[in-house]
Amino acid sequence: MTAQERAPATPGLAGAVVDPPVAVYATRLGDDALILAQRLGGWITNAPQLEEDVALANLGLDLLGQARMLLTYAGEREGLGRDEDALAYSRDERGFCNVTLVERADADFGEAMARLLVFSAYQLPLYERLSGSADPTLAAIAAKAVKEVAYHRDHATQWVLRLGDGTAESHRRMQAGVDSVWPHVDELFGTDDLERALVAEGVAVDRPALRDEWETYVRDVLTRATLTVPEPAAAPATGGRAGVHTEAMGYLLAEMQHLVRSHPGATW
Amino acid sequence: MVRPALTPEAARAAAAAVTDPELPVLTIAELGILRAVRVDGVDGVDGVVGVDRVVEVDLTPTYAGCPALEAIESDVKAALHAAGATDVRVRRVLAPAWTTDWITEAGRAKLAAAGIAPPSPTRSGGSTRSGGVAGSAPVDLTLTVRCPRCGSADTRELSRFGPTACTALRTCASCREPFEHVKAL
Repeated sequence: MTAQERAPATPGLAGAVVDPPVAVYATRLGDDALILAQRLGGWITNAPQLEEDVALANLGLDLLGQARMLLTYAGEREGLGRDEDALAYSRDERGFCNVTLVERADADFGEAMARLLVFSAYQLPLYERLSGSADPTLAAIAAKAVKEVAYHRDHATQWVLRLGDGTAESHRRMQAGVDSVWPHVDELFGTDDLERALVAEGVAVDRPALRDEWETYVRDVLTRATLTVPEPAAAPATGGRAGVHTEAMGYLLAEMQHLVRSHPGATW
Repeated sequence: MVRPALTPEAARAAAAAVTDPELPVLTIAELGILRAVRVDGVDGVDGVVGVDRVVEVDLTPTYAGCPALEAIESDVKAALHAAGATDVRVRRVLAPAWTTDWITEAGRAKLAAAGIAPPSPTRSGGSTRSGGVAGSAPVDLTLTVRCPRCGSADTRELSRFGPTACTALRTCASCREPFEHVKAL
């Protein structure tokens, strides 16, 4: 079977011969963490206060650590000799399978916190369940990361409460941030044949089943922050898992990859 | 040339004495990230000491993205080579996940003496589960952290993140000194 024939069954790694599916699954989780880490890193020197620069750098570092472990494992299981760096720096946009939520460029700090709340409230129960995975490596990575993500969700919660229940201006912008990330929520809880098969084997987490817990938590925070929970999006975002990204992704990758691509093999 | 035998005890001691570059008052043994030291692949005091003196060391990261781990790995290799090992292999072990409960009593005392408040015990003894719905207060209650300089319990959090991934910044209302606090994880 050629690589091209297999590509549709292995979304996100177009053109690569991917076997087993657990490599694709680890890449999906790793790409979510990597791309959000890159976005959080962009806030350094731009956050509203110095302490927040440090906070977002630390959150990004946690996510980068998760991404490194997940992509390293993906590379091992893939068996093509690609390591974490090859996966992070040498894939093109169509090869990344992160959800579109994490690639968005933030309009302001409120939107960054809305995104962090939405994502960490999803990632926490995901990792909690994954820490019981039949795959010991995924289980160990998740058990390590779950404690960090609990802190991320708490951090985002505090900011959403403070800004939502703050001044008229902070409330307005926090609401705008929530509204703007909301069309990307559905994609978090999507699934496909590859994940369903891995769920049946006890390896992957059934993402649609995470939605109730996510909804309960996020609704509670938004309500306490005096914010309005948006209506379900009429045209929810899709495509990230299949490598079809938004306009923001190309710019993000250009920044993230340009040094390595300009100086292949360079070390420092 | 005949070199002295590298006993498992000596190998363990050499690795255990390596310090954390970001919290240099602590050794990696006191921090609880040195999980095992094997000489020639055999664990413990009955280890066979071979002529090759191969040492395998298991380290576990504090935080997944802790940038100090690579420096620690190279320090461990240097320390064991200096102790007579000919080949040192460092393995990263993730499970079970590190918790601040593994910082030893001696380590906690050293942190406090250096002006860094040691972590409180974790609520679940290591495995943290999310509580589902957040508490009713905007800020979750945490155990009082005492000022490592004057002992006052009248301290407050300045920033949830400090200069390293594992610390937060606090200030003392009694002696007015800011200090770092190792977050319970």
